[in-house]
Amino acid sequence: MESKEAIFESFGALMINKMRTSLAILGIIIGIASVIALISLGQSSQKSIESRIESLGSNLLTVRPGAMREGAVRGAVGGRTSLTWDDAKEIAVSSQVTTISKVSPEFSERSQVVAGGNNTNTQIIGATPVYAEVHKVNITSGNFISQNDVDSMAKVAVLGPQVVTDLFGDSANPIGQTIRVNSQMLTVVGITEAKGGTGFNNQDDIVYVPLTTAQKQLFGANYLNTISLEAKSSDVMVQAQNEVGYLLLARHHLSDPTNADFSIMSQQDLINTVSSATGTFTALLSGIAAISLLVGGIGIMNIMLVTVTERTREIGLRKALGAKKKIIINQFLTEAVILTFSGGIIGSLLGVIASYFIAKIITVDFTISLPAIILAFFVSGVIGIVFGWYPAKKASDLQPIEALRYE
Amino acid sequence: MKKTTIIQTKNISKVYKTGEVETVALSNVSINIEKGEFVAIMGPSGSGKSTLMHILGALDLPSSGDYLLDGKNISRLSEDELADIRNRQIGFVFQAFNLLPRTTALKNVMLPMIYAGIDKEERLKKAKKYLEMLGLKDRMEHSSNQLSGGQQQRVAIARALVMDPAILLADEPTGNIASVQAEEIMAIFQELNDKGNTIIMITHESDIAHHAKRIILIRDGKIVTDEVNGKQNKVIRKNR
Repeated sequence: MESKEAIFESFGALMINKMRTSLAILGIIIGIASVIALISLGQSSQKSIESRIESLGSNLLTVRPGAMREGAVRGAVGGRTSLTWDDAKEIAVSSQVTTISKVSPEFSERSQVVAGGNNTNTQIIGATPVYAEVHKVNITSGNFISQNDVDSMAKVAVLGPQVVTDLFGDSANPIGQTIRVNSQMLTVVGITEAKGGTGFNNQDDIVYVPLTTAQKQLFGANYLNTISLEAKSSDVMVQAQNEVGYLLLARHHLSDPTNADFSIMSQQDLINTVSSATGTFTALLSGIAAISLLVGGIGIMNIMLVTVTERTREIGLRKALGAKKKIIINQFLTEAVILTFSGGIIGSLLGVIASYFIAKIITVDFTISLPAIILAFFVSGVIGIVFGWYPAKKASDLQPIEALRYE
Repeated sequence: MKKTTIIQTKNISKVYKTGEVETVALSNVSINIEKGEFVAIMGPSGSGKSTLMHILGALDLPSSGDYLLDGKNISRLSEDELADIRNRQIGFVFQAFNLLPRTTALKNVMLPMIYAGIDKEERLKKAKKYLEMLGLKDRMEHSSNQLSGGQQQRVAIARALVMDPAILLADEPTGNIASVQAEEIMAIFQELNDKGNTIIMITHESDIAHHAKRIILIRDGKIVTDEVNGKQNKVIRKNR
């Protein structure tokens, strides 16, 4: 039988019981749609995180207290107080360090910020003027923290646009107004340019204050959370990492690098870490979605078994008229594959639409994962063959006389 | 007319086993049927006539004995080889018509030709020819459930004839249709037989059976009588 005709015939058979057919496909649709949506979402969020990290500069090194070590002994990164401003100063002046061009000592803490009747919980970063250069922070009005502000422990603040919106609304000019952080009044001297970003990594939801003000006036701390370093070029990153590492080991009187109480990460390290984390997450979610696909496949098998039982007489007749086993198997396999394949098509469409809307809601760039869609088509076809095989085989094994006699 | 044996069974038996119990459905049945004969196989229910029909129709294999169809021993063939024999050598007419539901008369008649791998144009041509021959010219595009019993059986006969089979095998062909239409069907059978078709018909109604030229009576899996135009068949009597 020509395959085109076989497909038409199977399609006709499936259209006879539209309700049952649609219910049978539903499982596959949901499975495929969720796999596509989750893979697409995983990829788009990974991409947007990576591009944001990259936009911070490719020759950026980040020194943080605490070491990245496996095992419970080591504390979390940033959880220690081992880095000091003196460390940062030494990195800047030491003759051992030849590859670093800029050093930005930073202290950050989350805190409640109040202005008038409004308040918001945001990240306070104690910074020096170098911060703006290293992190590519641009100012839209006013000025960034100056060296003078740092030296005089000035009670000034530079706000991210999100903080401005939260505290003063969209239209007001906050320059010259005061905000309150930990019962200290700070005067707003500048507003940074919008960089974009979402959720926990929103670079517009930041209040910058002089490092000295942050450490001594606001939070009473004498350590740093981060020292950001800019290397002279992206080619000397490894050398820079080593130079800074040995300097800090010596300063902290540590001889064994595995005991280091700090960690130095490049942007690439950061991207790798984030990528592997989001990758794992995506894989986990897709795995769950794949289970629904499996359940959908079992649903198809169930429906096909019912169909075979219902059409026993028809199968008997076809065999009596000369249909060989292979023809009967093909007939029922075709029906199963049409079921799963159309489920795959509808599911892919729904998945793409769903990921478009979810991407909009969580404001990441919408990307269609073409490999995921191709895979979905392939998988839905395979599901049809795998779960359609047993019913089809059962149909082809019917004896014509038994089948003709069946009422 | 030169006589050619189309069907020859040599001592065929069929035994069904259900656990320890053996049921003999046919025992040592030997029949010769010549080309162009119109044979009615009669018998009460449980006599084994359906079993005989299944074996003659290559739907089932005998437990022992040989069955030669058109000179070829088909009693030891595989399932797919039997499917081929059924497709090319045997035209079935069933009591319940067994047309595909929700499918046009034309498509029903084309079905055996699809399995034979005949190309579409040829299929359409032949199917139309046979449907016209059976007086269904204006019913070709009707789906099977829109046709009367007599019309459905005529579609089934057209379907049985399209492959130009060696024998036409009818199982109670008039069992499900009104008596006026039953006479029509029998008239068609007689006409086909006059044209040279070999017809074997299973029935338990003697007035239907008397349309045949030869009547074989079966009881308890054995041939009781075998009469040609009311006379005992010599060949069979000699065998007994």
